[in-house]
Amino acid sequence: MSAADDVPLIRLAGITKTYGEGEVAYQALCGIDLEVNAGEFVAIMGPSGSGKSTAMNILGCLDTPSSGEYLFRGIHVERLGRNQRALLRRHSLGFVFQGFNLLARTSAQENVELPLLYRGEVAPERHAAARRALARVGLNGWETHTPAELSGGQQQRVAIARAIVTQPDVLLADEPTGNLDSKRSHEIMKLLVELNRDQGITILMVTHEPDMADYARRIITFVDGAVASDERRNGKNGASR
Amino acid sequence: MTSVVLSAFLLALREIRRNLMRSFLTVLGIVIGVAAVVTMVTLGNGATRAVSEQISSLGSNLLMVRPGQRLGPGRDSAGAPAFRKADAELLRSQIGGLKEVVPVAGSAVTVVAGNNNWSTTVSGTSNGYLPAGNWQIASGRAFLDDEERAGKAVCIIGATVRRELFGTRNPLGDEIRVKSFACQVVGLLVAKGQGAMGMDQDDTLLMPLATVQRRLTGNQDVSSLMISLHDGADTPAIMARIRSLLRERRKLADNEADNFNVMDTKQIAETLSGTIRTMTGLLGAVAAVSLLVGGIGIMNIMLVSVTERTREIGIRLAIGALEHEVLLQFLIEAVVLSASGGLIGIVLALLACIGLSAVLSMSFLFDPSINLLAFAFSAAIGVIFGYMPAQRAARLDPIEALRHE
Ligand SMILES: Nc1ncnc2c1ncn2[C@@H]1O[C@H](COP(=O)(O)OP(=O)(O)O)[C@@H](O)[C@H]1O
Ligand SMILES: [Mg+2]
Repeated sequence: MSAADDVPLIRLAGITKTYGEGEVAYQALCGIDLEVNAGEFVAIMGPSGSGKSTAMNILGCLDTPSSGEYLFRGIHVERLGRNQRALLRRHSLGFVFQGFNLLARTSAQENVELPLLYRGEVAPERHAAARRALARVGLNGWETHTPAELSGGQQQRVAIARAIVTQPDVLLADEPTGNLDSKRSHEIMKLLVELNRDQGITILMVTHEPDMADYARRIITFVDGAVASDERRNGKNGASR
Repeated sequence: MTSVVLSAFLLALREIRRNLMRSFLTVLGIVIGVAAVVTMVTLGNGATRAVSEQISSLGSNLLMVRPGQRLGPGRDSAGAPAFRKADAELLRSQIGGLKEVVPVAGSAVTVVAGNNNWSTTVSGTSNGYLPAGNWQIASGRAFLDDEERAGKAVCIIGATVRRELFGTRNPLGDEIRVKSFACQVVGLLVAKGQGAMGMDQDDTLLMPLATVQRRLTGNQDVSSLMISLHDGADTPAIMARIRSLLRERRKLADNEADNFNVMDTKQIAETLSGTIRTMTGLLGAVAAVSLLVGGIGIMNIMLVSVTERTREIGIRLAIGALEHEVLLQFLIEAVVLSASGGLIGIVLALLACIGLSAVLSMSFLFDPSINLLAFAFSAAIGVIFGYMPAQRAARLDPIEALRHE
């Protein structure tokens, strides 16, 4: 192992997040310490309101912690400005939202191309990469369809294609199967496992379904804004580590 | 960056097409404002050019002396004694610096040649009228000395009279019937075209002064004196001397008002073009207000658009769009919107100019610079009024924006 590999990909130290001020202040995270290494497949579980999404937003550099340190590859994310965090998201992170969050009235192809557009890649490369990503999630032939013309499972796969088209280091998925039936959910999970195993993408996934968490090699459980348990096990279908 | 701009441009066109009616209503203020500005300036330029052409066609420095008080609505020369040919001779001999002093006796008549007849104005005058009025002979000749002296029945005709009476036929040597006598055409004037306010300068017929006095008016009156000055002459001083000389000759007491007027035609034309400029400016100000209203309309609709598309903005920010990239996107959208309004306005203005110049029988001057300026201005309105909404979009918090329904 080289020296660079000694630094974990993600390191949270004493992360807290407080919403609101004064009387109505609410502490959603109260001191999270966490390390995630490159190539891990982590499931985050926990009851509703336990701070999973809050943690994901901070991990995804969409939000900033109230206190504590967040090191991404040794970089202090909590010290970065808005645009620097945007650049980090652009270059290193892929985010899959619970509600798909695809652009309406916009074809699957264009949705997937969007992150490449902001990376300044030229049209032919964007088209090719987006088609590859869509094929990777099993959606070849659906490029020209808009979200309204796609099923929930297909929309979520477009969202995943959009998250992986830039070949990110980390894929963050907040309840990616929350809106899907069991069959579709398992399809999505198998896809995530493949991405983790074949492309070495580090995956952090929030779910409250134990079935889905079973695909991961490591399960972190949140309770009341703190890590209650952190266990490693053998993931289904050969997720790495 | 270029791909972001290009895609923002395409997206803007798509959004406009999706909300076609709303977009059209939004840019209506700009359409009207631009159409008004371009129409006003184009027609104003046409009118100003017509007036300045009039100024140059008048010849260098020309004074008109008429009986009666100052020219204007409701003023007539009734009661004021007319001038005589002798007045012209007196001015010529008493005042230095005058190039020509030409007496003119005007009379409205119907003239006939063959089966054609035409109502026009006959000016009885001398050959000096030609250089003074900046007229050129196209073909034929000026009056001969003995024709002027004896009051022979000869005439020089303007292009309009020629067209109406002879068509394209050569009129030289032919006869025109004027009232009871026949008059031989000896010369044809070079066409001058339209004068100020659509007046046709070529609708004219010249005869020797004596001919008109003897055969048409039946008296010795001269309706005006045309005085041309040498270049660089001190016009106000000469006008003052003419005035005092004429007051003396017409035996006006000190407390009596002038019963004649001396006017500087160039000054009148200049006043006229000044008036046109002022009017153009005023209407331009009205148009500017309309553009301001149009800009506020753009701002309003862009704010609506930013609110409607909060989620889209959230997605873009979450994916890694930088603030200025989102700002640029909405700015481009506002500019595309306002510039297309400007474009529609320019097209409308050109149609309006073609229509109005036909109705007002006035030529219009297509000026690319005003069209470009109006277009650039409409685009600038998009930038100015689109900036605040675009900035609002760019500063959205990605998480809040994604949560927005
Ligand atoms: N923007 C916010 N403002 C105020 N409170 C919030 C906000 N976001 C989340 N919370 C609160 O923080 C707690 C944790 O929320 P969240 O991280 O969404 O939980 P989970 O995803 O585990 O269900 C909840 O009690 C929620 O009400
Ligand atoms: Mg949640």
